[in-house]
Amino acid sequence: MARKVTTRHKIVATAAAWAVALIIFFPILYTIITSFKSETEAIAGFKLIPSFTTESYREVQGQYNYFKPFMNSVILSVGSTLLALLIAVPAAWAMAFSPTKRTKDVLMWMLSTKMMPAVAVLFPMYIIFRDLGLLDSRIGLTLMLTMINLPIVVWMLYTYFREIPGEILEAARMDGASLWNEIVYVLTPMAVPGIASTMLLNIILAWNEAFWTIRLTTTEAAPLTAFISSFSSPQGLFWAKLSAASTLAIAPILIMGWFSQKQLVRGLTFGAVK
Amino acid sequence: MTFRTLILGACSTLALAWSAQAETLTIATVNNGDMIRMQKLTDDFTAKNPDIQLNWVTLEENVLRERVTTDIATKGGQYDVMTIGTYEVPIWAKQNWLLPLDNLGADYDAADIIPAIAGGLSVDGKLYAAPFYGESSFIMYRTDLMEKAGLKMPDAPTWGFVADAARKMTDRAADINGICLRGKAGWGENMAFLTATANSFGARWFDEKWMPQFDQPEWKNTLQFYVDLMKDAGPAGASSNGFNENLALFQQGKCGMWIDATVAASFVSNPKDSTVADKVGYALAPDTGLGKRGNWLWAWSLGVPAGTQKAEAAQKFIAWATGKGYAELVASKEGWANVPPGTRTSLYANPEYQKAAPFAKMTLDSINAADPTKPTVKPVPYTGVQFVAIPEFQGLGTTVGQLFSAALAGQMSVDDALKQAQDAATATMKEGGYIQ
Repeated sequence: MARKVTTRHKIVATAAAWAVALIIFFPILYTIITSFKSETEAIAGFKLIPSFTTESYREVQGQYNYFKPFMNSVILSVGSTLLALLIAVPAAWAMAFSPTKRTKDVLMWMLSTKMMPAVAVLFPMYIIFRDLGLLDSRIGLTLMLTMINLPIVVWMLYTYFREIPGEILEAARMDGASLWNEIVYVLTPMAVPGIASTMLLNIILAWNEAFWTIRLTTTEAAPLTAFISSFSSPQGLFWAKLSAASTLAIAPILIMGWFSQKQLVRGLTFGAVK
Repeated sequence: MTFRTLILGACSTLALAWSAQAETLTIATVNNGDMIRMQKLTDDFTAKNPDIQLNWVTLEENVLRERVTTDIATKGGQYDVMTIGTYEVPIWAKQNWLLPLDNLGADYDAADIIPAIAGGLSVDGKLYAAPFYGESSFIMYRTDLMEKAGLKMPDAPTWGFVADAARKMTDRAADINGICLRGKAGWGENMAFLTATANSFGARWFDEKWMPQFDQPEWKNTLQFYVDLMKDAGPAGASSNGFNENLALFQQGKCGMWIDATVAASFVSNPKDSTVADKVGYALAPDTGLGKRGNWLWAWSLGVPAGTQKAEAAQKFIAWATGKGYAELVASKEGWANVPPGTRTSLYANPEYQKAAPFAKMTLDSINAADPTKPTVKPVPYTGVQFVAIPEFQGLGTTVGQLFSAALAGQMSVDDALKQAQDAATATMKEGGYIQ
């Protein structure tokens, strides 16, 4: 029986939701506000109304070319996401529809690789990249980002695929569908919301990855994370410039997230209500 | 001329063009005003050296340090020129990670480099990095507040005078703190200041046999003096303040005195950013009459990693960036006040520079007052004024910095901080094989 929701409850719930959203979004909002302050203003203390100077944006643009790291971010995040999906869809299909007694262990093992601090393998990875000639290359970094995010992609797709009734796939098989046709024409269309949200989340994770992207690149493959990092200064005020660089770096992904929020929410809540 | 000759000629031209194509140097650097200015002026270098192109990698200081260490230790060969500090140079040179700079050209005039700076960048008499800009530390003070307190700052004050002046200048109601000092934890943050201060109190990190010395009275005197002074005359939340935070406080007129890097003088005297630009005086870092002042010595320098394939071009670039000609180039484009300070004796003899930078003499005197080879009152087995030039110092310095920052914040007593510092230092030195 549905519970009766009063207007008062609705107002309280809406206000609470807005409050939580504001708390989560506030650091980003304050970064944007700070980017429109002067350097002295930025470090002076908490102030919500800036002087609306665009000096920092001019300096950031004058100091570095934004386009190259931006394009690198696009190539790396989209490239690594597509590659991860290519590997993860068949893997998740196998684990969801043909599980063995070791499937759970495999899934847990994959997830456990995310628990290791990245810095622990910095030197071995650096030497491997050096020997393979992959330092400061987009291919090398695409492979690295794919490997980093693969466990999450497999887990998410596995969870979505588990929600699809196996009987539908069995029916397709009875109708003579090959394995390829089963995955491409039956499974994938049904899991589109899940795949789309996985893809979006993976793009966001790859876009924001700042450990390997800074440490394995110099100039050719350096993405926006390296662009931001270059504005921190040991001697001299830099908060406004750093905020302007951060705003420029997060703007594309923020806009993408805004336009795709429906798909993202639908995918993340896929199967939550039965 | 036959067709075949034409083809051969074209092929030869292409081959020649290919072999003569520009060599690209990758330069790793930190983000500060002088380095960014250099990047903007590199057209001068590439015009004089059309066969060399430059790629810049600008990083946050700690990330830069970690990245160049990784690259140099693994011989990654990602960089041809590295920006490194006075701390790294002797350690890396001894590991053979850096090439000696012995090909800087006949007109480079290495003898013009300020001896104290050159000493910190040399091993066995060989220069392993060329200073791009150098600094010491000194007192920057508000002349109006000093006058209001009825005091006159000597050129070479004692800690006793500074403490007395700081307490008299403090006016909590007007949000004026008598003194602003570093409190943020880090080997290059509060420990740079406190190690240099400890030198002037007769303290040292290690004795001649590498035994840690935090259990000695000199360290107790240093830390107790610092904590008491900051409690009475320092700003609120001082344990979070580093160079940039104190710079902002001073520029806003909230500090009577600030003891920090000499390069800060150009910031606090710049009327564009500083509200007290016309009221700043300068004095040497204080002492306690023991023969050592509480000032440090640092230089951001350019070195060539041993793994580079472009050593000749790299040295050509370093000779350009740290030579006398570069100072003249900056002066012609942006004025003498913007010339990188603290590297060449000739700059301080230049009347135009002296006129443009009123803090020039005090900067040079401060640099000359620091001796990285004999940094302390008692003898020590290490070099470095505000650091100990051993690989273990980065980690140990930061650990001790956290303890001292906690003592400043009131989270632990001075005695506890010193005891834990002694334990940490002893464990590190045992682990490193310095002591049994």
